[in-house]
Amino acid sequence: MREPAISKSSLFGGDANLWQPTATLLRLQQRAALLQQLRRFFAERGVLEVETPQLSHAANSDPYIESFALGAAARQESLYLHTSPEFAMKRLLASGAGAIYQICKVFRQGEEGRLHNPEFTMLEWYRPGFAYRQLMDEVEALLSRLLPSAFGLQNGEAAERLSYGEVMQRYAAVDPFCATPAMLDAAVAAAGIDLVQRPEAAPLDRQQQLDLLLTHVVDPALKRNHKVLFIYDFPAAQASLARLSDANPEVAERFELYLNGIEIANGFAELTDAAEQQRRFHAELALRQQRGQPCFPIDNHFLNALVQGMPEASGVALGVDRLLLAISGADSLAEVMAFPFDRA
Amino acid sequence: MANYGSNELKRGTKILVDGNPCNIVEIEFVKPGKGQAFTRVKIRNLINGRVVEKTFKSNETIESADVIDVEMQYLYNDGELWHFMEPTSFEQIACDKSAVGEEYKWLKEQDSCMVTLWNGAPICIVPPNHVILKVVHTEPGVRGDTAQGATKPATLETGAEILVPLFVDIDDLLKVDTRSGSYIARARD
Repeated sequence: MREPAISKSSLFGGDANLWQPTATLLRLQQRAALLQQLRRFFAERGVLEVETPQLSHAANSDPYIESFALGAAARQESLYLHTSPEFAMKRLLASGAGAIYQICKVFRQGEEGRLHNPEFTMLEWYRPGFAYRQLMDEVEALLSRLLPSAFGLQNGEAAERLSYGEVMQRYAAVDPFCATPAMLDAAVAAAGIDLVQRPEAAPLDRQQQLDLLLTHVVDPALKRNHKVLFIYDFPAAQASLARLSDANPEVAERFELYLNGIEIANGFAELTDAAEQQRRFHAELALRQQRGQPCFPIDNHFLNALVQGMPEASGVALGVDRLLLAISGADSLAEVMAFPFDRA
Repeated sequence: MANYGSNELKRGTKILVDGNPCNIVEIEFVKPGKGQAFTRVKIRNLINGRVVEKTFKSNETIESADVIDVEMQYLYNDGELWHFMEPTSFEQIACDKSAVGEEYKWLKEQDSCMVTLWNGAPICIVPPNHVILKVVHTEPGVRGDTAQGATKPATLETGAEILVPLFVDIDDLLKVDTRSGSYIARARD
C-alpha cells in the first residue's frame, strides 16, 4: 500500500487524500481470510452457496428500513436495491434448494455512522428443519472457530443466552411485555435521555420507546458486561418475518447475536404462512403511509412461493463487516472497509 | 430559516435547541437492525457554554442556527459596552456584559478577537490566545529569591489579576495566555 500523500489540496478539487482506503492492508487481508473461513465452514456442512438479484422490482416494506429506489430510464417502473436477500432466498427454499447461504452486498438508505454504512456485506443462511435454537447453536459453532481466544469460546465456554425480557429488565428496569407507555416514559426519563421532537411530531410508539432504551441504555451495558451474548424471544411486535411462539404468542421466535455490545446477527424461525405474511406486509405499509414514508410494491413472487409451500426453516443474517470489526479489534466500520460511504 | 434533517447533522453544525443556538461537538448514529434509528448528539449552548446530550429521531427536522464567527478588532469600552470593528467593512458592533463575560480581562485596544454573531447580534467573544498587557500594580519582589519559581499577584492594565514571578515590576509588559490566565514571559516593546 502506498504512503499517504502529504499534499492536502487537490488538482481536481476536493480533499486530495480522500482517494485512499481507510482500512489497513492487514485488515483487508483479515477480510479475505474471513470470507475464506466462512465458505469453508458452510462447504464442510453441505450448505449450498447461492446468488440472488440485488436489483428487484419489489422492496422491503419494513418501516425501519429504507430501500434505495432507482429510476429505470427505459422502463416505467422503479427498481430497488435489496436490503437483504431474504425474499429471494426463501423462494429458493420453496423450490426445494435445501440448506443455502449467500454472501452479498446489501443497501440501506440513511444508515451511516461509526457502526453503519449504507452499503455493507451480509452473510445470510437458511436451515430447513432447524428450530431457531438449533440455528443459534450453529452460529455459536461458527463463532468458536472465528473469534480470537479473548472471546472465550475456544476453551469449551458457551456464549451467554438471555431473553429480550431479561435483558430489558436487568439493564433498563422495564418489562417490555407489560410496561405501560407511562412506565416506559419514566424509564427513558430515569436514564436521562432527552429526546428532542417538534411539537407536532407524533409521540414515540411502544417499539420506538423500547428501541430508545435499547440503544441508549442497554447496548452500552451489554458492551460492559457481555462478550458473546445471544438475546432471544423478542416481542411479537418486533417479529419482522419470524414465527410467533406456539407456547406464547406474545413472543417471536427470533434471536440476535451481540459481540461486545454490538449487534452482529439477527435470526429467526421463519414465518411460512402466506396469509399471515401478507397481513404483516400490509400492516407495515399502513404504518409507512401513516408516517408519511414512501410505500413500495410488495414482493408477490415471495408471497406466491409461500402459497406453494416453504419448508419449516430457520434463517439468520450476519453483518460481515461488524464481525470483522469484532475479530480484529477495530473501533469503526471504516477501519475494516476499503472505502466507506463518504469515500465511495 | 433553513432546517436540517437529523441525518445531515455533523460535528460543528449550528442548530437551535429550546430556542438557544448550539454547536454540535459529538454525534453518533444508533439503530437496532430491525428498529428505530436515532441520532445522539452532544451540543454546546453558545450562550452559556454548557454541554448537554440530546437525541433526535431519524427523519426529525432540526432548525439551523444562523451563527457565524467574525474576526474583529477591539476598539474601546464606553463604561457599559465593548465596541468592535470589522476591519475590512469598518462596520462596528457593541457587545454587552453577557456576550463579553469574563473575557473583558484580556481585551486590549487594537487586538483582534473572534466575535460570534447569532442572527447578526454578538453572543460571545474569544480573545487572542496570547495578549501583551502592562503591569499596573504589584508588590516589590524579595531580591535573591528568583530561582525557585516563587510567584506573587500582579494587576494588569485591563484589571486582570495573574500570578507572576517575583522579578516582575510595575510597568513591565507581560505576555499572557488568555485560555489559562497564566504568565508566559516578559515582553520587549
